[in-house]
Amino acid sequence: MTSSLLRIEDLHVTFSTRGGLVQAVRGMTLSLQAGETLGLVGESGSGKSVTGFAVTRLLDRAGRIAAGRILFREQDITKATSGDLQNLHGAAIAMIFQNPRAALNPIRPVGAQIADAILAHRRVSRQEARTEALNLLRAVQIRDPERRMEAYPHELSGGMCQRVMIAIAISCNPQLLIADEPTTGLDVTTQKVVMDLLAEIAAARGMATILITHDLGLAARYCRRVAVMELGRLVEEADPLTLFRSPQHRYTRRLVAASPTATSRVEDLVPEGEASPRVEVKELPPPAAGTPPLLDVQHIVKRFDDGVPAVENFSMTMAAGESVGLVGESGSGKSTTSRMICRLIDPSEGEILFDGYSIAKIPARDFHRSPLRKDIQIVFQDPNESLNPRFSAFDCIAHPLLRLLKMRAGDTLRRRVEECADRVGLPRDLLARFPHQLSGGQKARVGIARAIACRPRLLVLDEPTAALDVSVQAVVLQLLDRLRREDNLAFLFVSHDLNVVRMMCDRTIVLRAGGIVEQGESRALFANPQTDYTRELVEAVPQFGSPPSLLPA
Amino acid sequence: MSASTKTFGMIGATFARAGGRFLSSLPALFGVLVFTFLLMRVLPGDPAVFFASGPNAGKEEIEVIRKQLGLDKPMPEQLAIYLYDVGRGNLGRSMMTGQPVAKDLRERLPASLELTLTALIMALLSAVPLGVLAALRNGSIIDHGVRLFCSLGVCVPTFVSGLLLIYVFYYLLGLAPDPTGRVDVFTALPPPRTGFLIVDFLLAGDFEGWWAAARQLMLPAFTMALFVIAPLARITRASMLVSLGSDFVRTARSVGLSRWRIVVTYALRNAILPVITIAGIVFSTMLGANVLVEKVFSWPGVASYALDALLVSDYAPVQGFVLLMASIFVVINLLVDILYGIADPRATVA
Amino acid sequence: MSSIDASSTLRHTVWVLRGNPLTAVAAVGAVFLALIAIFGPLLVPYDPVASDVPQALQPPSAAHWFGTDQLGRDVFSRIVIATRLDLAIAVTAVSISFVIGAVIGSLCGYAGGKLDRVVGRLVDVLMAFPLFVLAMAMVAALGNRVENIVIATAIINLPFYIRFARAEVNVRRNLGWVEAARACGDSNVSVVLRFLLPNVLPGMAVQMSLNLGWAILNAAGLSFIGLGVKPPTAEWGIMVAEGARFISTGRWWLVAFPGLALMVAVLCFNLLGDGLRDILDPRKRT
Repeated sequence: MTSSLLRIEDLHVTFSTRGGLVQAVRGMTLSLQAGETLGLVGESGSGKSVTGFAVTRLLDRAGRIAAGRILFREQDITKATSGDLQNLHGAAIAMIFQNPRAALNPIRPVGAQIADAILAHRRVSRQEARTEALNLLRAVQIRDPERRMEAYPHELSGGMCQRVMIAIAISCNPQLLIADEPTTGLDVTTQKVVMDLLAEIAAARGMATILITHDLGLAARYCRRVAVMELGRLVEEADPLTLFRSPQHRYTRRLVAASPTATSRVEDLVPEGEASPRVEVKELPPPAAGTPPLLDVQHIVKRFDDGVPAVENFSMTMAAGESVGLVGESGSGKSTTSRMICRLIDPSEGEILFDGYSIAKIPARDFHRSPLRKDIQIVFQDPNESLNPRFSAFDCIAHPLLRLLKMRAGDTLRRRVEECADRVGLPRDLLARFPHQLSGGQKARVGIARAIACRPRLLVLDEPTAALDVSVQAVVLQLLDRLRREDNLAFLFVSHDLNVVRMMCDRTIVLRAGGIVEQGESRALFANPQTDYTRELVEAVPQFGSPPSLLPA
Repeated sequence: MSASTKTFGMIGATFARAGGRFLSSLPALFGVLVFTFLLMRVLPGDPAVFFASGPNAGKEEIEVIRKQLGLDKPMPEQLAIYLYDVGRGNLGRSMMTGQPVAKDLRERLPASLELTLTALIMALLSAVPLGVLAALRNGSIIDHGVRLFCSLGVCVPTFVSGLLLIYVFYYLLGLAPDPTGRVDVFTALPPPRTGFLIVDFLLAGDFEGWWAAARQLMLPAFTMALFVIAPLARITRASMLVSLGSDFVRTARSVGLSRWRIVVTYALRNAILPVITIAGIVFSTMLGANVLVEKVFSWPGVASYALDALLVSDYAPVQGFVLLMASIFVVINLLVDILYGIADPRATVA
Repeated sequence: MSSIDASSTLRHTVWVLRGNPLTAVAAVGAVFLALIAIFGPLLVPYDPVASDVPQALQPPSAAHWFGTDQLGRDVFSRIVIATRLDLAIAVTAVSISFVIGAVIGSLCGYAGGKLDRVVGRLVDVLMAFPLFVLAMAMVAALGNRVENIVIATAIINLPFYIRFARAEVNVRRNLGWVEAARACGDSNVSVVLRFLLPNVLPGMAVQMSLNLGWAILNAAGLSFIGLGVKPPTAEWGIMVAEGARFISTGRWWLVAFPGLALMVAVLCFNLLGDGLRDILDPRKRT
C-alpha cells in the first residue's frame, strides 16, 4: 500500500487585492511520495509559490484557501488548528525561501536562530541545542563553524545565509522540505553548491523535497519529476527526460523551446507556428582592410573611491556587426566595463577608440554633446526601472530623437517613432500608454525601440532579459537577433547566463574580479574551456536535457 | 569565536563608536556656537547695553562691557573671545536677576530636566505598549482606537492641552493642586542634593514633601507626555507592523517557534530600533515644548527663565539658554547613537 | 500625453477618496478653511476688535456662540478672522521652505561629493537646535514682528525638505531611466531639474501638507509666548494666551475654542497629507 506523504486535491487559492479577488491557484491536484523530489516549474503568475505557501499554511493575510484539500500524512491540514500547525512547522514540514539574508533575523546570531528552531520542538537544554546547532552547521558544510555560530546574517555571503536557512529547516528532521526559488540571486557556482548540498541532505535523510523554480534546467537536474504550472493550473507532469523529448501540452512545448540549453539556437527558441517569420538578411561584405575596428578598448582601468580596482587592464576590439558577450559573476566588473564603454562613467586609465576617434578623453558628463553619443546606445536590465514613469511609451522612444537628432515634434517624429515601434513588434496603440500600464515584455520592447531609434552602430545590452520570464525572454532574444542582422549592429552583450550568451554572441569574454580570464569564439569556449574558472562556470550551469546520471539516485 | 569574546568585541566597538560619534558631533557643537554667536549679533540695538547690568548702567560701565565683550574689535576676534568665554563658562550676566547667566542656568536646570525626563518616561511606558498592542491586533477596534488617538494627539497644541487639563483637574474636579511652581508655598524644600525634588525628598526621608512635589509634577509632566505619546505610539505601531510582516518572522513561523518567541525575540527587538531613533528626535521637541509647558504651569525651569528674559529684552540668558538646549540635544543624540549601536549589530563604527 | 496622465490621476484620486472617506472629509475641511480665510472677515457677526466691556467674559450663548473675552469682544468672530492670519503665515513659510529645500536637496542628492558634505554639515547644525527654541531665538534676534515668524518658521523647516529631497533623488539617480536619459543626450543639470525633481515633487507635496499643520502649531506657540503677534490682532495662539489667565477661574471658552480651531486646522492638513500619500504610493499605507 503506497500512501502518499502529500496529496493536494483540487486546490483553489484566492487573494483579495485592491482590484478585487484574484485566483492564484485554480484547481491543482498533485501527490508526492516520501523521499521523492518534485520540481514545480512556472513563470510569474503561475501560482507555484502560492501553492508552496498554501501547503505550509504560510499564506499572507490577503490569501485564502478557497476550496480543495491538502492531505499531509492522510490528515487534511487545511482544517488544522494553529496548535497543530505549530507542531507541524519545522518538525514535519519545513520551508526555505527566496532571499536568504532577509529571511534570517538580522540582529540575532545565526547559531542562536538554529538553536531556537531546535528548542521549539525538542526538550533539550540550551547547551545541547547549541551543540546540535554546531553539528548542523557542519552538516551544511560551513567552514569554521565555531566562529560562524556567533556571526550575524549581514556578515555572511548569500550562499552561506542560504545554507544556514537549510540548517534551520532540517534541524528537527522534517519529512517534507519546500524550497521556494532558493537560488534566485545567487551566482551560478554558488547555486550549484547549494543545490548539491540540498540534494545530498534530502537523500541522506529520506526527506521529500518540492523545488519551486522558474528555471526548467534546475528542476530537470535535481528532480525526479517535474510539474509545470501555468496561470494557476497544473498543465503537465513527467520525468525530465520525457518532458524535454516529447512535451505534450502546448505551454510545456513553449517553455521547453524557450529555455536556452547548451545547444539551442536563437531561431529555435520559439516553437513553429508561434514565431514571427524569419527575415532573411543577406550577409554584408566584410569591411575593407585597414579600416579601424568599430570599437577598440585599450587597457582600461576603473578605480572607485576606496582605491580597489573594479576593472583592471581590460582590452578588446569589436568589428562592425559583431556580437561579443561579456560574462562573469557578481563583482566581476562586467557592468562597470559596459558603462565605461558606453561612456556613462569615466575610466581611471586607458583609452577607448570608437571608429578611430578617442572617446575616453571626453568626460562622461559632457559626452551627451558629442556627435558619437547617438552611435552608442544602451538597453538596460530591469524594464521596470528603465522607463521614466512619467513618460508615455511614445515619449520614451521620442526622447533620443528629440535630443540627439534634434528632431522637432511633428509628423516626421511621429512616423519615426511608429517605425521603431513596428520594428520591435510593439502595437502602435500601446504608444500612448505609460510604463505601469505595460507588461514586462512590452516595456522591454519600448526600451529596445528607444535604443535603436537613432540607428546606433553599437548597442550595449546590460542583462537585457534577466528580469523577464523565460517565454518572454525567448521572443525578445529573437527580436534582438533580427535587429542586429537588419542594421548590422554591433552588440556588447553583458550577462551572467552562459546559455544565452552562447546563443547570441560570436565571441565571449569571461571576466572575474575585474580581469579577463579567457576569451574566444563562443561555442568553442564553452565546449572546451581552457581555464579552470571557465570550466567551473560551464559545469555549474544546470543543463536541461542532460543525461540522467546527474540526478540523485 | 566564543560568545564572551564576541561580547568584549562588541563593548570595545561600542566605545569606539561612541568616541567616533562624539568626535563627529564636535563640528555640530562648534556650528551651534558659531550660529548662536552670529544670531545674537544680529540683535537690534547695542549689545553692550543688553549685556550690561541694567538699563540704567552708566556710560563708563557700558564702555567697560563693550571692551570686555570686545565689541570694538573685528568679527573673527570677537568670535574667538566669545568661544573662550563660553569655554570658561562665562555666559554673561542677566539683567533681570543680576547674577551670572551660568549660575542661573545651573540653578534652574534640574527643574526642567525633572519635568522632561518624567514626561519622557511616562510617554514611553504608555506609547510603546499601545503601539505594540495595536500592531498585534491589526485591524481591530483597539488598532483603530490607537490610530485615531495618534492622529488627534499630534494636532493638539501643548499649551491648549495643559490649560484644559488645569481646567478639568484643578477647577472642575479639584484633584490637582494650584498649578504654580514645583511645590506649594507651605512645603519646605529638602536639602539640595541632585536638584531633582522627587529624588531629594526621598533621600531626606520627607514623604509629605515628596507627595507635595509629586502632585505638582503630575499635570505638567502629563501635559508634556501627551504631546509625544502620539508620535511614539505611531512609530512603534508602524515599526512593529513592518517587523511582523517581514521575511524573518515568516521563517520563524515556518519553523514552529512559539508565539511569545516570535513576537518578543524576533519581532519586537527588531521593531524597537526605529523607536530608539525617534525617541531621540522626540526629546528634542520636548526641549522646545518645555518653553510652553513651563509658561503654562509657571514651572521655574531654564525655559521660563529664558522666556522672561526675552520679553524684557535681556538677551544674555536667551543666548545661554539656546546654547544649553543645543548642547543637551547633542549629548542626547550621542546617547541614542550609543544605545542604537548596542541594540543593532549591523551599525558600523563611525 | 499629459492629458492621459491627468485623467487617470483624477480617476485614481476619486477612487481613493471614495475608499477613504476620512481623506475626503479632510480635503473638504481644508477647502472650507481656505474659504473662511478668504471670505471670513466679510461674514462675521461682530467686529472682532470692537470691545464691549459690560459684556466681558460671558459664557457661550445664543447671542455669542463662543462667548466673549475679557474686553467683551466676540470670540467666534475673532476666531474666524484669525484663520486668515494663521493660514497665511503657515502657507507662506512652508512654500518658501519647500521651494528652496527641494532645489538644494535635489542638487545635493544628485551631485554628491563636496556640495553634499558641506550642505549636510549646515543642515546638521540647524537640526542640532530644538526647533521651537531656534524659532524663539530667531524672532528675538530679528525683531518681534509677524514677518519674522514667517522667516523663522521657513528656516527651521528647511532641513526637512533638504533631507527629504536629497534622499529621494539619491534613490532614483541610479535607476535605469535616469541613465537612459543621459544616453539620450541630457546633461546632468537637465536630468535633475526636468526629470528627477518632478518625480520627487509628489512625495514632497505630502510632506508639505503635514508640515502645514506643524507650522500652524509653531506659529501659534510663538504667539502664545508673546512673540510676533501683538494685541489687539486676532490670532489663535494669542487668544489662548489672553484666555490663559482666566482658566483657573473657570472661563474655559476663551481657551477651548481657539484650541479647537487650531486642532481642526491641523487635523485637516494632517489627514490630507496622509491621504495624498495614499494616492501617490499605496504601498506606504500605515
